[in-house]
Amino acid sequence: MLIAIHAVVLLGEFIAPYNYAVQNREYSFVGPTRIHLIDRVGHLHLRPFIYGLRYRSPDDVEEGEQMYPIRFLASGAEYKLAGLLPTKTHLFGVDQPAKIFLLGTDQYGRDQLSRLLRGGQISLLAGLLAAALSIGIGLLFGVIAGYYGRFSDEVVMRLAEVFMVLPWLYLLLAVKGFLPLNLGPTRSFLLVIVVIGFVGWARPARLIRGVVLSAKERNYVIAARGFGASDLYILRRHILPQTAAVVLTQATLLVTTYSLSEMTLSFLGLGISEPVPSWGNMLSSLQQYHVLTSYWWMFAPAFPAILVFWGYYTVANSIQERTQ
Amino acid sequence: MTQLRVCRRSRTRFVLIRIAAVLITSAVVLVHNAHAEGDEELLTSKADIGTAGGGLVVAQRVEPKTLNPVMALDVPSREVIWRLMADLIHINRQSQQTESALAKAWTISSDGRRYTLALRRGIHFSDGHPFDADDVVFSFQVYMDEKVGSPQRDLLFPGGKPIVVRKIDAYTVEFQLAQPYGPAERLFDTIAILPRHILEKSYQQGSFPETWQLNSRPEQIVGLGPFRLKEYVPGARAVLERNPYYWKVDRAGKKLPYLERITFLFVGTDDAQVMRFEAGETDTINRISPENYLALTKTQNGKYQLYDLGPGLEYNFLFFNLNDIGQKFPQISGKQVWFRDLKFRRAISYAIDREAIVRLVYRGRGTPLWQPVTPGNRLWLNSAVPKPQRNLDRARDLLRSSGFSWAQDGTLVAPNGERVAFSIIVAAGNASRVSMATIIQEDLRELGMRIDIVPSDFRAMLDRVTNTFEYESALMGIASGDVDLNSDTNVWLSTGSTHLWHLHELRPATPWEAEIDRLMQAQSISTQFKDRKQLFDRVQELIADNLPIICLASPNILVGAKVNLGNFRAAILEPYTLWNADELFWR
Repeated sequence: MLIAIHAVVLLGEFIAPYNYAVQNREYSFVGPTRIHLIDRVGHLHLRPFIYGLRYRSPDDVEEGEQMYPIRFLASGAEYKLAGLLPTKTHLFGVDQPAKIFLLGTDQYGRDQLSRLLRGGQISLLAGLLAAALSIGIGLLFGVIAGYYGRFSDEVVMRLAEVFMVLPWLYLLLAVKGFLPLNLGPTRSFLLVIVVIGFVGWARPARLIRGVVLSAKERNYVIAARGFGASDLYILRRHILPQTAAVVLTQATLLVTTYSLSEMTLSFLGLGISEPVPSWGNMLSSLQQYHVLTSYWWMFAPAFPAILVFWGYYTVANSIQERTQ
Repeated sequence: MTQLRVCRRSRTRFVLIRIAAVLITSAVVLVHNAHAEGDEELLTSKADIGTAGGGLVVAQRVEPKTLNPVMALDVPSREVIWRLMADLIHINRQSQQTESALAKAWTISSDGRRYTLALRRGIHFSDGHPFDADDVVFSFQVYMDEKVGSPQRDLLFPGGKPIVVRKIDAYTVEFQLAQPYGPAERLFDTIAILPRHILEKSYQQGSFPETWQLNSRPEQIVGLGPFRLKEYVPGARAVLERNPYYWKVDRAGKKLPYLERITFLFVGTDDAQVMRFEAGETDTINRISPENYLALTKTQNGKYQLYDLGPGLEYNFLFFNLNDIGQKFPQISGKQVWFRDLKFRRAISYAIDREAIVRLVYRGRGTPLWQPVTPGNRLWLNSAVPKPQRNLDRARDLLRSSGFSWAQDGTLVAPNGERVAFSIIVAAGNASRVSMATIIQEDLRELGMRIDIVPSDFRAMLDRVTNTFEYESALMGIASGDVDLNSDTNVWLSTGSTHLWHLHELRPATPWEAEIDRLMQAQSISTQFKDRKQLFDRVQELIADNLPIICLASPNILVGAKVNLGNFRAAILEPYTLWNADELFWR
């Protein structure tokens, strides 16, 4: 299931009928489009269809008379599939001027489904990259501390403690304060990843250090050293494989933690900036009372997030069970 | 809501409490229907006769910063304070005209420079101490004292010279101005008359700015308003009780106010305010956002009534950093070449979809704006200012004629070869302004510009805009305190402390700023409405034409009250709902 969600998200732009940033200004906070098989006079249609929307006032948009069949592999806005193949084909769509909003629209009339998928790319990628970054740093420092011990151990571990007590939220605020104002979406995305990943290396480093410490006392390591093996050889051949289990479990756990961190930051308006969506900044509109009470489809990003987190925890669990 | 008004005191003082002008011919004598009860000269209210008793509960977003009327700048403080205080001549928030308050009548000399006010005799402060001309002289002395540093001080220096206040007898005071003052007796509105017997000591000791704080003893806070402070619980609530010495009566001769109590609850957020009102825990509500208004309409159960009062006086606008920043921020000064280009600013104005802002941000409860005066201000609006619809072709033409071009991928390229990208800084706490920025971002993307929105803490934003000048463009709003446009003088004068786009100009930076300076000075000393209107019309034209600020939209004033609250008459002037708290009653 976890793979399925990732695949869906990866192919997000194909599945999404529209560009995430396009505003349909007459259709603000419109509920999910209803898909019909039977029309108003009672005829059954084999191809599902929708009714076009009719705008009356900002709070009064309803289904019109005109019917529009749903077309599969429809042509729409240009994009790059999985970031590589330029194409115009979308999984489904309807003819202009009708619009299909399977998960409704947000305040600006942007398609929630398209944003949800794009937001998933951002949130999950942020989690993966930040996890990779902090595991990378954690591995480096953990091995140095564990293997070389003594002085370097002291330095690295005290440094790790410093990082563990760093309040990352305020750190990010401070970092943002120093940076130039016109930080593009890409750079603010990278900034979020770097800050989250960089602050989080301490915990994996400590765990890895522990594993390295016990591994280097093993007889075969001592034997290898007796035969004159270099440090690099011993690390590569005997010690790093020992840490694999810890690294994998940690990585899966960290992906969820960091995805959640990204969502929290974006929810608070400190992370990914408009118009680029992330699950966090999509949910942030729920901070407003009227959205919370009136537009239930704005909760949409919460559900895939829950599934993804649950999936990652299950994976982490099974890795742990298998390796023990 | 009126973000600008949550200000701090600094060198660049934001005086956004504005006092204003009106249609006064050279000399007017007004004698109000004084009702004599014993030796008291009381004022008879024209409102419906009500029944005494009961209390009113109101939720306020944040708590006051002070209870000192001379020092208060922020809306939350003034909301509470002005239920406790009174002024000499008051602007009726509904009719927008001046009316008699503590001054029962007044005359203005034919040269427009001398005002003689006759005070009500025999009335008392809320502690029972009698009121007379000495209190008036003392109050003005405090307001005008530089050491006190009242934010309203500038208003009492028309033309830069102080008003000379002289006591003629115990109930007559004369005010001598150095030059005629356009807004005339509107000057006296919101200048609280202070109890000399209580405050003189602290004033002489130099501790006046620190008196009447939130921790002061309630019985120490004495005024001439309809209520007096009974209890203040920091962070939670302020309870006001009926002032038995109040100087107004109803038509039946019964002493006002009707209400026994007003309780202000400090609830933290706009949403909490709405929820309290929805639950029936509070009786009136101010400044409902259009979205919350909609939410309230849906859950309306017949217990409360919502009012859409139409456009208020708030105008929201986008402006560019046109300050002289030298080489402090090379990246910004590079972009200032575009910002200073009038065609660039006009292109942006053409590209902005104001109708969409009204529709998406205000859910249709607002008005698109092309000038800093809203249709709510019927008296001063220059309706001849053109209101061009969104026109991207026109915008492109303007940019092209100014040397801009488009790259292959559609991005706009400046004459110097740089791609056009800039940031808009906006207060993160103000959801509607952030939404406006998001709409503008998309609008300008169609012109090939890349806009980054920087939601920022309000204070941090104000610091960038008024101190460091480290910003490219900003989206802000101003709510004029009065309909008279003289109240916005600080914004338009090139030396004004709220001349946001270009602060601390030594001399007007552009010919049109020089012209605005001249017009504003001319209107401030003119006493003829027709002349002043003409001058202001030209100011509006110049601003709409030269776009130092690109006006966007104005929200309607949305309020609500329980249906059985009598005499509830909300108005588009602040404080919208409680301005006639003395007349409110429960049916």
